[in-house]
Amino acid sequence: MLTLTINSTKLEVPEETTILEAAAKLEIKIPTLCHVAIDCLNIEHKTGSCRICVVEVEGRRNLAPACCTPVMEGMVVKTNSLRAINARRTMLDLLLSDHPKECLTCEKNGNCQLQDLASEFDLHHLLYTGEQSIYPIDLANKSIVRDLNKCIMCRRCEVACNEVQTVGVLSAVGRGFEAVVGPCAMLPLHETKCTFCGQCVSTCPVGALTAVSYKYPVWQALNDSSKTVVVQTAPAVRVAIGECFGMEPGAVGTGKLVTALRMLGFDAVFDTDFAADLTIMEETTEFVKRLKDNKNLPILTSCCPAWVKFFEHQFPELMYMPSTAKSPQQMFGAIAKSYYAEKLGKKAEDITVVSIMPCLAKKYEAAREEFSDNGVRDVDIVISTRELADMLKEAGIIFESLEDSDYDSPLGESTGAGIIFGASGGVIEAALRTAADWLSGEDLEDIDFKAVRGLEGVKEATVNVAGTELKAAITSGLGNARKVLEKIQKGEATYHIIEIMACPGGCLNGGGQPYVGDSDDTLEKRKKAIYQIDMDKKIRKSHQNPDIVKLYDEFLDEPGSHKAHELLHTSYTPRKDI
Amino acid sequence: MIDNQKKLAELATDLNGRSKPPIVIQVSMGTCGIAAGTTPVLEKFKEEIANKGVGDDFEIVETGCMGLCHSEPTIRVIDTVTGDTMLYGNVNPESVEHIIARKAPKPIAGINTIEKSWYYPEDEKDEFDSLQAKIVLRNTGKVNPEKIDDYIARKGYEAMATALTGMEAEEVIDVITASGLRGRGGGGFPTGKKWSFAAAQKSEVKYMICNADEGDPGAFMDRAVLEGDPHSVLEAMTIAGYAVGANHGIVYIRAEYPLAIKRLELAIDQARTLGLLGKNILGSGFDFDIELKFGAGAFVCGEETALIHSIEGKRGEPTFKPPFPAVSGLWGKPTIVNNVETYANMPAIIRKGADWFRGIGTERTPGTKVFALAGKVDKVGLVEVPMGTSMKDIIFELGGGIRGGKEFKAVQTGGPSGGCIKAENLDTPIEYETLIELGSMMGSGGMIVMDEDDCMVNIAKFFLDFTVDESCGKCTPCRIGNKRLHEMLTKICDGVADMNTFDKLKALAVTIKDTALCGLGQTSPNPVLSTIANFEDEYLAHINDKKCPSGVCKNLISFTINENCVGCTMCARQCPVDCISGSAKQPHVIDQDKCIKCGLCYQSCKFHAIDRH
Repeated sequence: MLTLTINSTKLEVPEETTILEAAAKLEIKIPTLCHVAIDCLNIEHKTGSCRICVVEVEGRRNLAPACCTPVMEGMVVKTNSLRAINARRTMLDLLLSDHPKECLTCEKNGNCQLQDLASEFDLHHLLYTGEQSIYPIDLANKSIVRDLNKCIMCRRCEVACNEVQTVGVLSAVGRGFEAVVGPCAMLPLHETKCTFCGQCVSTCPVGALTAVSYKYPVWQALNDSSKTVVVQTAPAVRVAIGECFGMEPGAVGTGKLVTALRMLGFDAVFDTDFAADLTIMEETTEFVKRLKDNKNLPILTSCCPAWVKFFEHQFPELMYMPSTAKSPQQMFGAIAKSYYAEKLGKKAEDITVVSIMPCLAKKYEAAREEFSDNGVRDVDIVISTRELADMLKEAGIIFESLEDSDYDSPLGESTGAGIIFGASGGVIEAALRTAADWLSGEDLEDIDFKAVRGLEGVKEATVNVAGTELKAAITSGLGNARKVLEKIQKGEATYHIIEIMACPGGCLNGGGQPYVGDSDDTLEKRKKAIYQIDMDKKIRKSHQNPDIVKLYDEFLDEPGSHKAHELLHTSYTPRKDI
Repeated sequence: MIDNQKKLAELATDLNGRSKPPIVIQVSMGTCGIAAGTTPVLEKFKEEIANKGVGDDFEIVETGCMGLCHSEPTIRVIDTVTGDTMLYGNVNPESVEHIIARKAPKPIAGINTIEKSWYYPEDEKDEFDSLQAKIVLRNTGKVNPEKIDDYIARKGYEAMATALTGMEAEEVIDVITASGLRGRGGGGFPTGKKWSFAAAQKSEVKYMICNADEGDPGAFMDRAVLEGDPHSVLEAMTIAGYAVGANHGIVYIRAEYPLAIKRLELAIDQARTLGLLGKNILGSGFDFDIELKFGAGAFVCGEETALIHSIEGKRGEPTFKPPFPAVSGLWGKPTIVNNVETYANMPAIIRKGADWFRGIGTERTPGTKVFALAGKVDKVGLVEVPMGTSMKDIIFELGGGIRGGKEFKAVQTGGPSGGCIKAENLDTPIEYETLIELGSMMGSGGMIVMDEDDCMVNIAKFFLDFTVDESCGKCTPCRIGNKRLHEMLTKICDGVADMNTFDKLKALAVTIKDTALCGLGQTSPNPVLSTIANFEDEYLAHINDKKCPSGVCKNLISFTINENCVGCTMCARQCPVDCISGSAKQPHVIDQDKCIKCGLCYQSCKFHAIDRH
């Protein structure tokens, strides 16, 4: 233990504690911008580059960045000396001097850490003014807007992209005042191996990285009387959207969500969880076949579009491994525009499918060429959890006070297996529940595969399914996926099935979810809520979803059938590693 | 193959025992010499000797830089019988015939001879009768850097042999610690202490890096050593590697130094061939090898953490310390980064002992320092002086004072982030601490002299221009703060600043020093702060009177023609924008609206008829 004094209060802290962490123990919040620490995901970024956290340390020549300066025995720290305060104000002043003053119209208005600091520091005018950087805005892709004019060079996106995700697109380019974060040769994102996972957007403290907004197209669709507009809600949305309305993280808002969507004017409110059950039917069929043939193992899940794009760019040689099953979002779209359209007696083009997703890559996924037929996309518009919250606010819908209501039929019925897709480990658990029943020919009761749950980046489990020992790996965060894939390539590990989600923790921490910041708790609470919904469901196995059974009876024939392949399966394309 | 100390000593004895021709002519073949035209001189010597058939009387030695930039091409003539030596400067191919004919180191009519103060004192002498004392440059300009024999003949690799075969690793560190050697890259950190940190680390792999990323404008000390005496650095790195337990050496050298790279590569090859690098050096059981890594020329890569990142193939930018490289450096392994000049000191220290080294220089800072003397001084060049020498002695004795009899105004030490020191402080003995007290720093050894024609505000702006360009952009104060400083300085030079700007300039400069992440940022405001401290009146003249006292800042000067004008029309003919009118033999007039303040009229007028205000 080390003893130090902060603002005349003595305290003891363990070795390797930073001044920032020590101050937090005294309930002193030293401002930060470039610093990120998400303990539960093991993500840490403390480069001390923004210098907004500088404090005075007795006997030290210059000010110390609190976020990365380790406490030393006997250290005397002043967090609020005039020298420190002036320096911090100057840092903020300088950052603002090279930042557009368009907060009122900025996407991040109200969600911006720079704006918060300006408010906390009570900065009324800027001392320093001068040249401002001017960069073109990258609007060329479907998922992410890069507006470098707002970049403050905290480099958090770089850590997310390179260290956490190991995608390797974003890094600092240029020097001095011209230094900025960007892809190689400042290519637009869509010409790079960017997976559109959106983790850079999640971590950006300002408005430099934001999601491409499709709110207006949704308003347009809702007001187009020639269209039947249906909406699907991804599993992780319901456990997070309440946060945008002051509800506790993990507060389950399923019923309110359905009510709100109906109030917005959707003709039918459906659930992606239904499509998740459908995914399990197809994917497990494929898995069981590969298992029986002992061929092309392990099977890799394919519901995460960022992960799909990741392996297309970086592991094209493993392209035979991922399941050919489409993601739940795309299965939903395909079914909505065929089976459901038939039921309504409408043509596919008369139906508009809107998705509410915790994800930014889903916007890109919906626009992939193979997911449209003669120009009619399976999924027309994708908006994120955050965008939906914005729309509800604009519409004056007081979400937190709404009554609950139920999803519409037939694409609204789902099982516990569908909801857990929202958490890392969920897809594999859902698949195992079905596989176990199918392989054993029984209706097993012990279906909680708890070993596969949790926010850890890499989980391994050996589960006994109908007498067969199945080796499973579950990874979330593309960096962790890379580790597992490289092990497989080197022959250091063998598995039967692997679940991979691009975002650390799974979809509940997706790039389109309400901003989490450093709060650990939030992710844990969202995860708990998801498993609570699963527990509360009467039916917890995908193959027992009555509407799924009906769908096969009436329309698809059987899992893996010719028609199912036509509608519910896809193929992958090797892409350049740039 | 030299596989033991005895063989090395025998080789040295053998080399020194060989008879030499009566006259040895050393030709300065550093980059600077070559640029100044040494190559044709060298060719002419070879041709002349061959034509005259006097090959037995002469030996031509191609050396590195002799440090006499003001007199390049330079040659040294040595009478091997009497030991007499003479240096000739500004030699051209036409001089060669006369030098050959003279056949002795004696003055020759029409050829410059170099003053004695610039002579290289004999390195093995313990007393220095000149202001200069050569430890680092003991071989530079004397040996052929492309011949390992030349180095061995001058006790080369003797220190390494002593260390590797006769001393424990801790003893080597103890000697370096006791010598008081401090990092010559600028920081002045005690070298022995730095080593002991790395030595204490338990790690199979450790790295010994030589920082040869000399990036200060106007500084060329390290280049001179690498081009002129590469083996001294290789020998020192091996000693250092042995001391801290590192088997891998890396010289991080900027790619803009092709000749230094060529000579280093050659030296490494030669040392490997003789077994002085590689496995089981001199039978000591110690393995050490050295590779080169090329820098792309970013100034900030001279900062050790940035340098390490650059070697790793990452963006060359500094990271916060701790962890220090001695604990976790290259590839996460304990790493020592020492500068070229620091290394070049080590063999002499090991050979002659810590006490000998402490006898030179000052108590706090023993040893010598090499300075690249540049700017408005009469004799530009490379000097090595004992620490504690005054700047006055360097500038006025060695440098011969200000060129053209102008008045001295300031000297800037420490490269672009150093400070400007004014005349009244010139007596200060040079040490790390004293320079910092004067608002400057040692830096790597640049010394730029300014005279009355230099505007100190403009000088501050000039250096800021460099740091703004060379900042890596990682931390806020350096990335944006220096940009704002530069903008405010520009306003002052343009005559559009008020006192409020001046106050903000001072405050921001202080804050940048206090908050920047690395040494570059922490020192970048030095030129601003030191010029404000020493030449505030010049700032105030720009701000309040809208005048540039030195007549440099174009927005603040004007040219007018006075009654001395005889109407010679010279100024009108020189003016690039045709803004001077008047008939021949009639007084001329400058159209102030059109004038671009280029000053050509002022320079061309022979009648003092043009005033600069």
